[in-house]
Amino acid sequence: MTQAEDSVLVLLELTPSGELAPSAPGLLGAAAAIGQPVALALAGPGQGSGLAEAAAALGATRTLVAESADAASALTVPAVDALGAAAELVEPEVVLVSHSIEGREVAARFAARSKSALAVDAVGLARDEEGVVVRHSVFGGAYETESAATFGTLVVTVRQGAIEARAEAQPVAAEELAVQPSGKPAASVTGFEERVETSSRPALREAERVVAFGVALGSADSLPLIEELADSLDAALGASRAAVDEGFAPQSWQVGQTGVSVSPQLYLAIGISGATQHKVGMQTAKTIVAINKDPEAPIFEIADFGVVGDQFTIVPQLTEALRARRA
Amino acid sequence: MPGRWSRVSSLSEAGLKIAVLVKQVPDTYEDRHLDLETGLADRGASESVLDEIGGRALEVAVSQAEAADGTEVVAVTVGPESATTALREALAIGADSAVHVVDPELSGADVQLTAEVLAAVVERLGADLVLAGNQSTDGLGGVVPAILAELLERPAATNLDAIEIGADGVSGRRASDHGAISLTAPLPAVASITDRLPDPRFPNFKSTSAAKKKPIENLSLADLGVAAEDPSMPRSILVSVAARPPRNGGVKINDEGDGGTRIAEFLEQNRLV
Ligand SMILES: Cc1cc2nc3c(=O)[nH]c(=O)nc-3n(C[C@H](O)[C@H](O)[C@H](O)COP(=O)(O)OP(=O)(O)OC[C@H]3O[C@@H](n4cnc5c(N)ncnc54)[C@H](O)[C@@H]3O)c2cc1C
Ligand SMILES: Nc1ncnc2c1ncn2[C@@H]1O[C@H](COP(=O)(O)O)[C@@H](O)[C@H]1O
Repeated sequence: MTQAEDSVLVLLELTPSGELAPSAPGLLGAAAAIGQPVALALAGPGQGSGLAEAAAALGATRTLVAESADAASALTVPAVDALGAAAELVEPEVVLVSHSIEGREVAARFAARSKSALAVDAVGLARDEEGVVVRHSVFGGAYETESAATFGTLVVTVRQGAIEARAEAQPVAAEELAVQPSGKPAASVTGFEERVETSSRPALREAERVVAFGVALGSADSLPLIEELADSLDAALGASRAAVDEGFAPQSWQVGQTGVSVSPQLYLAIGISGATQHKVGMQTAKTIVAINKDPEAPIFEIADFGVVGDQFTIVPQLTEALRARRA
Repeated sequence: MPGRWSRVSSLSEAGLKIAVLVKQVPDTYEDRHLDLETGLADRGASESVLDEIGGRALEVAVSQAEAADGTEVVAVTVGPESATTALREALAIGADSAVHVVDPELSGADVQLTAEVLAAVVERLGADLVLAGNQSTDGLGGVVPAILAELLERPAATNLDAIEIGADGVSGRRASDHGAISLTAPLPAVASITDRLPDPRFPNFKSTSAAKKKPIENLSLADLGVAAEDPSMPRSILVSVAARPPRNGGVKINDEGDGGTRIAEFLEQNRLV
């Protein structure tokens, strides 16, 4: 097969049950905007079927499927090996990988191994006369920067949920990829405890609306107050680090510097002071609404609509008003 | 919720050398700035501090040293002259010595060059275990430990929210995208920890004055044999920097008993419901 000069190799991650991870549509959308998306999926033995169809539906012009027995028992290295084999075959101009915990490490190691330029945590990609330009959002969106590779293949990790573009479906073109293990030392996986998301609410990173609460909730027993509001808005739940530290919310709900960065249409902050480390994870939201009993709370400095008052009376009233409106 | 924990096993064998990677970063409690000319963090514009996750990594290493005789903890940083302050803090928390790579050619170093330099330091020290934070609070790349593992050809046990260090290996619980992965890796290895692990102890007067006597070794790129400009190595370079206009507050009202209703009206007017 002759190589397109503008091939974009996209590493697709899988969920524990073997389906394409939620980052796939955005990655392929970003790839199609700058070139020809070629997907790579690494599956367990005998589990590669169906992946090429799924990737093609999301815009992959060609899908390489590698099956590896080590993928589940050795950390990161099998994926780096597979990416290396795929890159040799495709000779991509750009390699796109999710900036997930697994993805960024695979991308970084691949870049080091192949001596390629690396750009991390991209929020957008574009092409100008000189090549591909990567957009970043720095210090919680206070700055926007652009980077580019001096030459050669550019490896980019893409922030989850940051890309809205979606690619058109393509005819299915599946290929098996043989991978020669590098033998590089890896940590051994001795156990896995899946995080089961029990709710049917939208995922935090992709949600259009987010309802977030802080430590002032006081107890996990008060959670239904917030959940009912979130459900009346079809919103995802988010939390401050203080609320996570107190055990009111799982770590995966944490918004901010050491948590998730979100840019939803609506961010509703309930009893959150608005510490800088929280703001950097949400201040690029289109509209911010805040409820806080302290009129001096910093969150009001960035809120489009702020109500000074007690969450325990305002939230139920708001939920009721939204329900009445829907009924 | 699983509790936070960091367990140290009491091993009697002497000699485990831990290199803890710490970084000086702009204080996250303040608004941070980028220099619009260079695109670099404007270190003059905000207070610089020891990166909090690096501080937690240090705490893991220092508790290990307390539990296992003969464990040696070396704090390592790559950064400007001023980063000495962060190293003094690391020494006050309990590191035995420190290495500071400072070189004018490192100004604006990207993560790959930073990792190359750190790899050279680790080899020079002969450290058995490299302990890092999972992410630096300014870069947020979360990639330096992984690159180090690749360059040093060591197993990587990264993003751990629970860690156990033994004489011949490191194991722990990796907070990953879809759940918690239990891991184990033989030494020599690279490990990184998350902010789920405890804060570092607060240096007291005694440890602060003791820290003044501990050695800090300054190294240049030439000392390490690393070239800042390697023509065969492509780099990712900054091509533009722009400040976003700051976000301003809008309407703020007092709840007069109708706060919830007023929010519902606001959402409706703005087509958010
Ligand atoms: C390096 C670093 C990284 C960090 N990363 C993050 C991060 O990723 N995410 C994050 O969120 N934080 C982060 N933090 C912590 C951050 O500094 C704050 O401590 C945290 O965001 C505070 O959470 P909070 O708003 O819930 O609590 P608080 O700051 O204690 O605020 C509680 C608020 O609730 C209000 N309140 C109380 N009762 C009521 C009521 N009945 N009705 C209405 N309002 C009420 C109070 O007026 C107050 O404003 C980080 C800190 C550091 C040092
Ligand atoms: N300049 C540096 N000096 C020392 N350690 C660093 C440096 N940059 C990154 N690190 C280490 O690598 C970890 C991850 O950083 P990063 O990949 O920048 O998010 C940090 O928590 C530090 O432990």
